[in-house]
Amino acid sequence: MKTSLLQVEGLTVRFGGLTALSNLDFKLGEGDLLGLIGPNGSGKTTCFNAITGLYKKNSGSVLLRNKEITHSSPQNIYRNGITRTFQRLRLAIGLSVFDNLVIGDAMHLNTSIYFNVFRRSNLRADIKNRLEQAEEILAFFNPKLIDNIYQPIGKLSMIDRRRIEVCRALISKPSVLLLDEPSAGMTHEETRDFMTDLMEIKIKTPKLGVILIEHEMNVIERVTDRCIVLSYGKKIAEGDYRDVSTNKDVRAAYLGED
Amino acid sequence: MKKQDKYLVTYCEILLTSTITTILVVAFLIVEKEMLLGAIIGLGILGFFIAKGRGIPHKIDQVYREHPCVFYLTIVSPVIIAIVFCRHEHFALFMIASVAIYATACLGLTLQLGYTGLTNFAGAAFLGVGGYTVAVLTNQSIPNVLVILLGGLMAAIIGSLLILPVLRTRGHYAALVTIAFALLFKTFLEINDTLGGPQGLKIASFKFFGLDFNEPLLGSSFYLSYVIAALLLMLVVFIITRLIEKSWLGLHLDAVRLDETVASCFGINIAAWKILAFTLGNFFIGLAGGLYAQMLGHIAPTNFTFADSLILISIVILGGIGNPLGVIPASFLIIVLPEKLQFIQEYRFLLFSILVILVLVYRPEGLLKRGLRSFYRTWGRERKLEN
Ligand SMILES: Nc1ncnc2c1ncn2[C@@H]1O[C@H](COP(=O)(O)OP(=O)(O)O)[C@@H](O)[C@H]1O
Ligand SMILES: [Mg+2]
Repeated sequence: MKTSLLQVEGLTVRFGGLTALSNLDFKLGEGDLLGLIGPNGSGKTTCFNAITGLYKKNSGSVLLRNKEITHSSPQNIYRNGITRTFQRLRLAIGLSVFDNLVIGDAMHLNTSIYFNVFRRSNLRADIKNRLEQAEEILAFFNPKLIDNIYQPIGKLSMIDRRRIEVCRALISKPSVLLLDEPSAGMTHEETRDFMTDLMEIKIKTPKLGVILIEHEMNVIERVTDRCIVLSYGKKIAEGDYRDVSTNKDVRAAYLGED
Repeated sequence: MKKQDKYLVTYCEILLTSTITTILVVAFLIVEKEMLLGAIIGLGILGFFIAKGRGIPHKIDQVYREHPCVFYLTIVSPVIIAIVFCRHEHFALFMIASVAIYATACLGLTLQLGYTGLTNFAGAAFLGVGGYTVAVLTNQSIPNVLVILLGGLMAAIIGSLLILPVLRTRGHYAALVTIAFALLFKTFLEINDTLGGPQGLKIASFKFFGLDFNEPLLGSSFYLSYVIAALLLMLVVFIITRLIEKSWLGLHLDAVRLDETVASCFGINIAAWKILAFTLGNFFIGLAGGLYAQMLGHIAPTNFTFADSLILISIVILGGIGNPLGVIPASFLIIVLPEKLQFIQEYRFLLFSILVILVLVYRPEGLLKRGLRSFYRTWGRERKLEN
């Protein structure tokens, strides 16, 4: 039996009269790669926003390693080891690649005024370490990105920006990574490359639990061990790709969508 | 061209730019005929576009980064030369000191608006808090330098009264809170008799280790002492602001400004950083206000109106939001121009509004665009990049 990382029970989120997420249960164990699929507006992003503390939960609970984090602030949830990416890229466009990456490890940065203003040589040594750390993680995704570490994010291509966002989420060595449609806006080839990288991350950090929101069923088939299907905020199926793709409700939800 | 020759050409260009700028600035401060002033402004604008066409701002930026000694040579020494040259001119010196004081206050705003994204439309009110604190305390037996520090501290403390509404509300509402405060502050001064009411207060002269600032210094205008004090204050505040920017602190402030949601998802305590920036910014503004009051020798509520807050914001926008260096030329333009061109005086708010709109539409990055953060001098050069 794998150690449980994340345990979501009866999670419900309402916006006025709209129930965006209804009584959702699932578990994520160490090393799991869980797919989260469903038509547009079915509540996938809401689920991430609720887990990371951005949305208030109307009921239900979220446990991380059996520790209650249901009503924790986004800041505390991050410190407890859950990081994420966003469906629409949310990088700081005016800042450099390095700045964007290092924000991902904000909890380990020394923010004392004395250190930052008066201990400049220590700060400099610290920055150099961070630089190495950032280069290391970039080298893994795309060694060419190392040359861009001092460049503004705006100079990078779409896929590289996605990669930076994932690096930002990984740099603090979280135990749970939430990926919200990372392949949005990517070509088929780029998606394939990206998923190859993802599989390598899984090999390198075998204990990391990942939830992946994804539109394309063949990607789900290729990379996830198990997936959950949402429709109108409700879980309508859960299982491996074969079970889910042959499920009647799932087909209805997807066919009804198009 | 060989690399060394290229550097030489760049250095010459920078030296020439700095010499011409110094001459124009000094001439502008001293000349009184409006025709001549117009000619100087024309030359200045022409020079700016020629310099821009040759890419000089970019080169200056790069050379300063690589060789700080060039910075001292081309900025600090012209300032010293200009001051020595103008040492008998009361008005020119008063202008230089005012520019430095306003620039100092704008560095506080840079911290708030430029780095953290907090709109503060009560800049002049905090200037006033500093000023009135000094006015009340100089007549006690507290050392004058300490009194100015207390002015800054007082501004920071009064600012924390505003913290709660500023944190609770977002965007335009936070701006409204500060506007309300600015208006209230002036009314409060006007009706408060212990603070002199509409007539204001007189302030005893600034004394520093037996040196009386209202006495001529070395046979020059007595404003010379204030010029030196104001420039030193500006330099210290400037250095602190830059060090904050080039550190993890600046990175956190940027993260808060750019995207609060992302910042929260990476553990950044939004409120704490806003409080830090707001308080420290007001502290700087209060220091500037304290010295300003000392120099004026007499302050009244009309020195700290809402219009003056708008002037401070215009300087920050014109200079380039978030670039501490930009507030210096911007202060010069916005403070000195209307003083020299009397016919502008009456229309000055009209002109400022037009100027701010034009800047926002055509050059939102301001006179000097804020560059990427470089954490230390050799930042980005360990890995040589062709650019
Ligand atoms: N902040 C919000 N306020 C109101 N309604 C929201 C909000 N966020 C999401 N919703 C609604 O919740 C539903 C689920 O949205 P979302 O989780 O973004 O779907 P998905 O990511 O699966 O496409 C949608 O109907 C959406 O309009
Ligand atoms: Mg979504």
